[in-house]
Amino acid sequence: MTAPPSADAGLSPAELAAKYGLSVSGARPGLAEYVRQLWGRRHFILAFSQAKLTAQYSQAKLGQLWQVATPLLNAAVYFLIFGLILNAGRGMDKEVYIPFLVTGVFVFMFTQTSVMSGVRAISGNLGLVRALHFPRASLPISFALQQLQQLLFSMIVLFVIAAVFGSYPSLSWLLILPALALQFLFNVGLSLIMARLGSKTPDLAQLMPFVMRTWMYGSGVMFSIPIMLKDKPAWIADVLMYNPAAIYMDLIRFALIDGYGTENLPSHVWVAALLWAVLVGAAGFVYFWKAEERYGRG
Amino acid sequence: MAEHTEDVTATAAADGARIPTVIADDVHIVYRVNGGGGGKGSATAALSRIIRRDRGESRGVRKVHAVRGVSFTAYRGEAIGLIGTNGSGKSTLLRAIAGLLPTEKGKVYTDGQPSLLGVNAALMGDLTGERNVILGGLAMGMSREEIRERYQDIVDFSGINEKGDFITLPMRTYSSGMGARLRFAIAAAKNHDVLMIDEALATGDRKFQIRSEQRIRELRKEAGTVFLVSHSNKSIRDTCDRVLWLEKGELLMDGPTNEVLRAYEKETGR
Repeated sequence: MTAPPSADAGLSPAELAAKYGLSVSGARPGLAEYVRQLWGRRHFILAFSQAKLTAQYSQAKLGQLWQVATPLLNAAVYFLIFGLILNAGRGMDKEVYIPFLVTGVFVFMFTQTSVMSGVRAISGNLGLVRALHFPRASLPISFALQQLQQLLFSMIVLFVIAAVFGSYPSLSWLLILPALALQFLFNVGLSLIMARLGSKTPDLAQLMPFVMRTWMYGSGVMFSIPIMLKDKPAWIADVLMYNPAAIYMDLIRFALIDGYGTENLPSHVWVAALLWAVLVGAAGFVYFWKAEERYGRG
Repeated sequence: MAEHTEDVTATAAADGARIPTVIADDVHIVYRVNGGGGGKGSATAALSRIIRRDRGESRGVRKVHAVRGVSFTAYRGEAIGLIGTNGSGKSTLLRAIAGLLPTEKGKVYTDGQPSLLGVNAALMGDLTGERNVILGGLAMGMSREEIRERYQDIVDFSGINEKGDFITLPMRTYSSGMGARLRFAIAAAKNHDVLMIDEALATGDRKFQIRSEQRIRELRKEAGTVFLVSHSNKSIRDTCDRVLWLEKGELLMDGPTNEVLRAYEKETGR
């Protein structure tokens, strides 16, 4: 017996699909639709980030205590090396330098870990991408959100350190919130970009630690850029100070530390912080979305 | 090409017009494997591969042409089995139908969103069974309310709590059977338009197998079209009315279950 006699017999697959309203499987939705789908998955994004955060220390005996202990140990190591051995805090009082250093380390690590987990967001979760449907941007966003929650634990440590060295809670601490929000937006954009690059070239996971370390040393995490570079041409310090990592670090230092005033900030610093966040956030989102249908290929 | 004979057309005729739900049009799928390139796995070999760049984009990247020009049309109400030896491209084809793997050439048209039965990749062994139920449900696109409603059903179905309060323990502490049961229970909690099952039936003990077969039948009733990949000819015979036989990525045969299975069994020597 041959194919069943029907009105559809002579149609090509595409015509048949059109007749019955079938759509191409795995096609990329429009940008607005994509945002809507992503919003629909907000609970998954949040739950996934919290699950990752919990799973991180669940085998350790001290358990979730490590959320606080890890940043504390990190701060101690950096203080030992840069504060005591290398004396990188020249030109700053100890009361300013220690919170300055610890803020720098924590805030930079927020961007650093977001970038690193962004690189592996797709390439390290191919099993998930090949098994279930969801807007793929959920993964890098979820990882960035995980780092934000990690940072909130670090912030507890940071507040204690700041208070110990004489910077007591004040209204200016509220400025931390908009600064962190902008930095988070910036990190999400950057991690979306890295996720797409990393899905094609997993080698980036090997390369990025070096890039990030260079960026860290160039952003004045453990020293003050204007003081260190005062013999060099001014434009070098300007370039370094307007780089997004330095901007977000300085904003939070300014908000937190009493002895760290506006004279340490470049002019129009909030505008720069906003521009970096919006530009990188939007560009990263669009760039990631452009390859949405191809992430399963690996 | 597909020769639809008696029983296929009969079932279709029973519910009137044949409405296509999945159309595969000359589908090709190519995997790219890093580090799979020939030669030695040493660093110098990798370097020379990068420098040589002889064959187009083959810089240490090897292509695997997993599915080669498969075309078929599936209709509402059909249960379609996919058979073929290991590595013949069955799972890959399912993923392409689900839109999870992009096609190299050709197109897949579907009605609604086909979904694979399986949630393993979203679960985390370090989390409790309880949190995994929620995480898995969210990953499959269920809302928090839906999960709350079905939570007790999922736990009861998995039978995890039959021997004590295990749902509050991390999943890595479960025996492999218990883990498989919970995974299946989570995956089967959602209804689908086009459902694809990739050898998920043979998990757990005898009691659980019967329960899961029952659940699969329910899902089949609710779903418009079902695809089943299995190496058990019995479960194919029990569930499917049409079978696609894939070999080396090509569609070897497409027809009613008995006809195709007979040919397949003859070929594989059983």
